[in-house]
Amino acid sequence: MVFDVESIRKDFPILNRKVNGKPLVYLDNAATSQTPQQVIDVIVDYYSNYNANIHRGVHALSQEATDAYENARRTIQSHFNAKHPHEIIFTSGTTHSINMVANGFASLLKKGDEIIVSALEHHSNIVPWQMLCEKTGATLKVIPMSSEGELIISEYDKLLNENTKLVFVNHISNALGTINPIENIIDKAHNVGAAVLIDGAQACPHLKPDVQKLNVDFYVCSAHKICGPTGIGMLYGKEEWLQKLPPYQGGGEMIAEVSFDKTTYADLPHKFEAGTPNVCGGIAFGAAIDYMNTIGFGTIAQYEDELLEYATNELLQIQELKIYGTSANKTSVISFNVGNIHPYDLGTLLDKMGIAVRTGHHCAQPIMDFYKIPGTVRASFMFYNTKEEIDLFISALKKSIMMLS
Amino acid sequence: MMTIAEVQNEIIDEFSMFEDWEERYQYMIDLGKTLPLIEEKYKTDDHIIKGCQSKVWVHAEMENDKVNFTADSDAIITKGIIAILIRVFSGQHPKDIIDADTEFIDKIGLKEHLSPTRANGLVSMIKQLKMYAIAYQTQLN
Repeated sequence: MVFDVESIRKDFPILNRKVNGKPLVYLDNAATSQTPQQVIDVIVDYYSNYNANIHRGVHALSQEATDAYENARRTIQSHFNAKHPHEIIFTSGTTHSINMVANGFASLLKKGDEIIVSALEHHSNIVPWQMLCEKTGATLKVIPMSSEGELIISEYDKLLNENTKLVFVNHISNALGTINPIENIIDKAHNVGAAVLIDGAQACPHLKPDVQKLNVDFYVCSAHKICGPTGIGMLYGKEEWLQKLPPYQGGGEMIAEVSFDKTTYADLPHKFEAGTPNVCGGIAFGAAIDYMNTIGFGTIAQYEDELLEYATNELLQIQELKIYGTSANKTSVISFNVGNIHPYDLGTLLDKMGIAVRTGHHCAQPIMDFYKIPGTVRASFMFYNTKEEIDLFISALKKSIMMLS
Repeated sequence: MMTIAEVQNEIIDEFSMFEDWEERYQYMIDLGKTLPLIEEKYKTDDHIIKGCQSKVWVHAEMENDKVNFTADSDAIITKGIIAILIRVFSGQHPKDIIDADTEFIDKIGLKEHLSPTRANGLVSMIKQLKMYAIAYQTQLN
């Protein structure tokens, strides 16, 4: 398929709107992506035609909703190449998925055990493990990063030992865009018998992970970063791990009672999906994955790399501009500062000109502490962005710098 | 000494002369760049209001029943708005500070900066100014 960004843009109604009287240039995709009409239609169709509670009712609507929801699960299974549909657990998003695993490990860890996380983590990836360590007496170790924003693998090697029970790393850093060598990280963890959880929140918009090939134990992501709605995401877990972990909500006695009634609650994936789920969200999540696959992840990656290269070269022409995260292996995320200008000031002026970027510490304060900066401006690109938009961004940025200096 | 309402009206008049957002923001940026707003010894964690994105420091003193404020921020636009707020509230009687509103910010086109969901510390700063005023008012009673 030939990639035509102009026709792709027609799928996204929001890209036509104006902000502060200027055409919107949306470059905050690493925070959330926009939603194509195809996904919006699925949401409207659900509430217009077959909204119902699932897995319970015998009536037609409930059956249709259940089928659509379980179809979405299979779409996601096949996208990530999981072995079984029940290895895909619907959650409210990445943070929820991580907490589910952390909570499950609370009963498996003891004093003296070790958990390894990376220095590139989002707060949502640090806090649950700190809580888990407080609860179990396990120790948290951190893989350090280099000034290019890459994990130092030789240091990781030194942290691994027979006490290591869990390794937790993001596939791609949200603040810097670095693609981490997760294959290597996973293999090495398995060599000492540790389980690995990979946070794919920033990776899934740009590439197509194969969980069996990666041989990863847990992989998590959110739908809203891949053209789906907010409030829905997934936890992939290898069957044997999901069976080993206790349920997140409800408690053990409830499961005994329900299985006595011969319902399916105790089985995967329902063990981890207590209560009425986000049915519409799950269905729309599947539709979003279908949409992205129609364009094709190879095409997406190639085009986004072009945008990244173009924007990086343009930005580096600006005096005193410093890019944080300069790994050769990164996605279309650029974190930067200009001289001593506070990122908040740049973000405020850019917004006045219709340019949406992220400013601040990106919920990754340890990375900001590493570089000794209060935060950065972060521009992140998706396949529906254009070089013309990057030109508008650059000229708005130059104007902001002029106003501030 | 002008009342709070009078100072606010004066600022509204000044801002009405600006033709577009650029002139308004340039004015605030210039305010933010030029004014020494707080003594360095007060830029400590005791005086900080954490706004997630930009930091704000506030210090208050009362003299002859009037409260004097000094404040600062690490972001220039935030500092510019602080300069405007200090011009409004500083040198006023605690009771008048407690009773005053900040609707004039809306009229000078800076409403978005005082949104409670904007993480720049300004909303907390105004709360802090009023807390100081309440504390000093209690001393006067």
